[in-house]
Amino acid sequence: MTDAAANSPVTAMPPKQRSMWGDVWRSYRRHPGAMAGTAVFLLILLAVVFGPYIHTVDPGKLDIRAKNITMSLDHPMGTDNLGRDMLAQVLAGGRTSLAVGITAMLLSMLVGAAVGILAGYFRRIDGALMRVTDLFLALPLLPLLLVITMLFRDTLRAAIGPESGIFVLIVFIIGITSWMNTARIVRGEVLTLKEREFVLAARSIGTRNHRILTRHILPNVLSPIMVSATLGIANAIITESALSFLGLGFPSDFPTWGRLLFDGANFMTLTPSRVIWPGLAISLTVLSVNFMGDGLRDALDPRIRGR
Amino acid sequence: MIKSRKLMLATAAALALSATGAAAERGADGQLNILYWQAVSVLNPFLSGGTKDVEGSSLVLEPLARYDETGTMVPWLVEDIPTVENGGVSEDLTTITWKIKDGIKWSDGTPFTAEDVAFTAAYCMDESGGCQQAANFSDVASVEAVDPLTVKVTFAVPKPFPYGPFVGAQSPVLQKAQFQDCMGAAAPTCTEANFHPIGTGPFVVQDFKANDVVVFAANPEFRDPEKPAFSTVVFKGGGDAASAARSVLETGEFDYAWNLQVEPEILSQMEAAGRGELVSAFGTSVERFEVNMTDPDPALGDKRSTVEGGPHPFLTDPAVTKALSLAIDREILVEAGYGAAGQVTCNLVPAPEAYASTANDWCKTQDIEAANKLLDDAGWVAGSDGIREKDGVRLSMLYQTSTNSVRQGTQALIKQMWSEIGVETELRNVDASVFFGGDPASPDTFQKLYADVEMFTNNFDGTDPQSYLASWRCSEIPSPKNNWLGGNNPRYCSEEYDALFEELSKTAGIEQRAVIAKQLNDMLVEAGAIIPLIHRGGVSAHANSLGGVVMNEWDSELWNIADWHRVE
Amino acid sequence: MLTFTIRRLLLAIPTLLAISFIIFAILDLSPGDPTSQIPLTVPPEVREHIRTSLGLDEPFIVRYLLWLKQFFINEPLNILEEWTGYTFGDGDRLRISSWATRSPVVDLIVERLPQTLWVVGMSYVVGALIAIPIGVISAYKQYSWFDQVGTFVSMIGFSVPTFFTGLLLIVIFAVNLQWLPSIYDTTLRVTDWSSFVAQIKQMIMPTMVLALYNASQISRFMRASMLDNLNQDYVRTARAKGMKEKTVVLVHVLRNSLIPVVTVIALGVPQVFGGAIITEQIFKVNGLGQLLIIGIQGADIPLVQTLTFIFAVLIVLFNLVADILYGVLDPRIRYD
Repeated sequence: MTDAAANSPVTAMPPKQRSMWGDVWRSYRRHPGAMAGTAVFLLILLAVVFGPYIHTVDPGKLDIRAKNITMSLDHPMGTDNLGRDMLAQVLAGGRTSLAVGITAMLLSMLVGAAVGILAGYFRRIDGALMRVTDLFLALPLLPLLLVITMLFRDTLRAAIGPESGIFVLIVFIIGITSWMNTARIVRGEVLTLKEREFVLAARSIGTRNHRILTRHILPNVLSPIMVSATLGIANAIITESALSFLGLGFPSDFPTWGRLLFDGANFMTLTPSRVIWPGLAISLTVLSVNFMGDGLRDALDPRIRGR
Repeated sequence: MIKSRKLMLATAAALALSATGAAAERGADGQLNILYWQAVSVLNPFLSGGTKDVEGSSLVLEPLARYDETGTMVPWLVEDIPTVENGGVSEDLTTITWKIKDGIKWSDGTPFTAEDVAFTAAYCMDESGGCQQAANFSDVASVEAVDPLTVKVTFAVPKPFPYGPFVGAQSPVLQKAQFQDCMGAAAPTCTEANFHPIGTGPFVVQDFKANDVVVFAANPEFRDPEKPAFSTVVFKGGGDAASAARSVLETGEFDYAWNLQVEPEILSQMEAAGRGELVSAFGTSVERFEVNMTDPDPALGDKRSTVEGGPHPFLTDPAVTKALSLAIDREILVEAGYGAAGQVTCNLVPAPEAYASTANDWCKTQDIEAANKLLDDAGWVAGSDGIREKDGVRLSMLYQTSTNSVRQGTQALIKQMWSEIGVETELRNVDASVFFGGDPASPDTFQKLYADVEMFTNNFDGTDPQSYLASWRCSEIPSPKNNWLGGNNPRYCSEEYDALFEELSKTAGIEQRAVIAKQLNDMLVEAGAIIPLIHRGGVSAHANSLGGVVMNEWDSELWNIADWHRVE
Repeated sequence: MLTFTIRRLLLAIPTLLAISFIIFAILDLSPGDPTSQIPLTVPPEVREHIRTSLGLDEPFIVRYLLWLKQFFINEPLNILEEWTGYTFGDGDRLRISSWATRSPVVDLIVERLPQTLWVVGMSYVVGALIAIPIGVISAYKQYSWFDQVGTFVSMIGFSVPTFFTGLLLIVIFAVNLQWLPSIYDTTLRVTDWSSFVAQIKQMIMPTMVLALYNASQISRFMRASMLDNLNQDYVRTARAKGMKEKTVVLVHVLRNSLIPVVTVIALGVPQVFGGAIITEQIFKVNGLGQLLIIGIQGADIPLVQTLTFIFAVLIVLFNLVADILYGVLDPRIRYD
């Protein structure tokens, strides 16, 4: 009996040649939302990776005579108040924002899910893990960031160079300060799951804990994790902009989507293009990740996959 | 909507009154709404020296004399300004005697006397009190009440400029009866007195929510029976500069908004809505580079950015600093970030007029060619990547400043200008609370200057630059030995400068003082320790319906609020 | 459950003490300085004097113990005195005093509670009230147009930060239409109909900005959890037993799906008291969030420490409430 079937007794036994991941992929492909999301996400990814080779304007180049343009042939997305080309900035900013957003989200999901599952499943460590979660929730974020930057910025800068040093620092800061909600939510779910019949059944036939965790618990807490992940990307992109605004992030001439949106906010009525494009880029990314998450969740749910 | 209708009604009422009666009446113009985007924390300026606190309390507390919009001292609570000529200042420059006007009352109805003035000095000079305006009382030996209307300040040394105590918004007079139990260590515990000080000004505090809003009411005991025109003032705080401008210029919810450092195109767009106008005035603030004369190389460890760590590898070469200055197009910096609130300057002391040097005016126009030639002649030649170098030293710099959107714009512009003369720049911005905080544990403070150049604004109170110019003496260099205290951030050290400064501190007479001050200014600029950029003014906005605003950078912006009134 | 609650409450005391110590240590390490807001014209010697007068030259541990004493002994006694009218001892105790305002921190917090509870609290209520039905319907009719629109709106609501939505609303409703005030008046007292209308008007924009953000988050978790449960066996069983569809969905499925939502809301309630820093700043609500950020910028350690610690107490408390609610929602969960 495969484990996938263990928690879905009504699903017909799949033919032997079909692997679980093959099933998941087939199911994912049939999900229109997921495919649309994947397409948009890939498009954004391609644009930010290859875009700068097609639109070769330097995002840092200032041209004070061509400032505050809404739209023109030379500047399809207009320029900012120092005459920097917005399209080039959105493309360059996307590289940073996507890299930071995805890595920080993965880190935060990893920590959050691990803490949540372990705390929910093993009662002995629940107390300790949850008190640590309480502590992290209670820490004053801003002073903490200032302390971390003060302690580690120059060390990291010396060790791996200014830009990658700051990248590691930012990802670490965002990851380490945003896993707590995921952990609490996952733990809540695990608490009820571990008393469900299929887990009790698995335990009664002597299944080892780590197999129960990976085969029974994890797939069933995927949906809140997926939601957290979607929200986490948006959160990471926005938090990154808050960090650079505080002077803790990338240097000020290093564009990111969140920062472009923040800097452009006051220019909303003068040059709306300054907020529309970065705002749209963030929203589209989050939306596409959300649909991909939906599709993945549906595809991984054996009860739905069979349909 | 409702609010603006109320405003119109109030205006109409004011008009009707002024049409019938010859003189205005106290409180006839209703409510005045002022927005300071930094909220007032406490109304005792001796306990909080922030500009917002000083200006907020200036509606209530007044000094003996203050500066008008031209920087001229005007008698406020006294008969006249004491000078050597009129005998108010002693010949040996060690005493100054103020004659208080007769009949001035505190808002509780008691008379204002010399005792109150003498008490204020004792209050601020108390060692255990942590008075934030103590610098105004430096070298004061004693302050005594000669008679109820005469107060005599004695200095320990001759003071060519004896107008530190009791002049300007930073040095007002407190009521002895209210504060006599709040001396020294007890000062912070007197919350009631610190939140509701009794003053002689046109308004009294009615309600105070710290860091949020102050409600003032007209002072019934104010010396001019017809003033102030407003019966109440709501002094709100919070938000940011752009939203403060919006609330006056676009939504019309407020009558006056302070310190609007916002990109000029945003302000002019808001002003175009036609509800209010921008006003600006210039004091002594200069946005400048302070150039590190010592080596900030992290490899030096504890000796980093100290005199012991050795001179800077290239910034001690005057050709380099002059080229850096020449390469900057200050007009563009003004246009992009300051608008009406900025003027090109080449001086550390840009005002008053008499003190402003003209020797450095070469910096006013950008000259890339001349800058390149200077560097070529000095032996700095471009390497394969376009960055100049000499003897293995590359012209590559770390440029730090505080976080603020206008400053980051300026950073980007200057980075590009410097790249045109083969200088490479890395930008860093530091949160203002850290940068200006001076925490010896942080590597990012402006005193430590763990960078090659840093940019910020500084100024001096009043019109005399002596204490300001004192900052660049050798003894003022911040270092681990003095826990990084000291105002000489460039670590500039010249015996000649120190000697000339000594001369300034002994010289009386505006003209000779001005000559010396200009020489000191020129020494700093020529050595490249300071690269002045922009003479910055204050910008505020007031509603079209508000009259009588006279913008003043030498004193509180609200210095003449008693004269403010409604107009059509 | 009672023994569990008591045990957890007792355990909370050492936890909170540890948290308070760590917070204090972080604030102390943090590079801000209380004199950073003073103009540069104030010379370094005077600054050093100010620091000394604030007690900053005392060793770290002395300052921490002083704060502990003030928070756990002096302040509660003070409150007790105010309630009962008795004076304990000499009645002259040092209260926790903010460095920036030189006034008792607890009074500042009390002064700011009303506007924060009104705006941020209301936004949570509105957010949850919108989000739960949207989440339920979206899940029940998965991939219907309602679900698609709901997904779209909540993703926009979450991915566009409040500094942007707040400003957009101000530009539309305060600048162009002139319907609503852009600045919150904390001196307004609701005494009659017109002041009530004014209060509602000034609350609309900040509440809506925050409610949109909260609703987006809660509705996504609600929807996901409902989807998980709708496919469970017990739903099939209930339907097979001939239960009404409405009962099945609204009683059985909803109840079982509430666990993540309860978690999210329990995590959110302390945040209500923490205020909403950005939104409060944009609309000048000047509640607890603004107090906290001003305190942090000015390195006002007593203020930030006290606010953050109260915040920590609420977090510990509401996470306990959430744990108890899990047991109510799903009786199979046992803690002992």
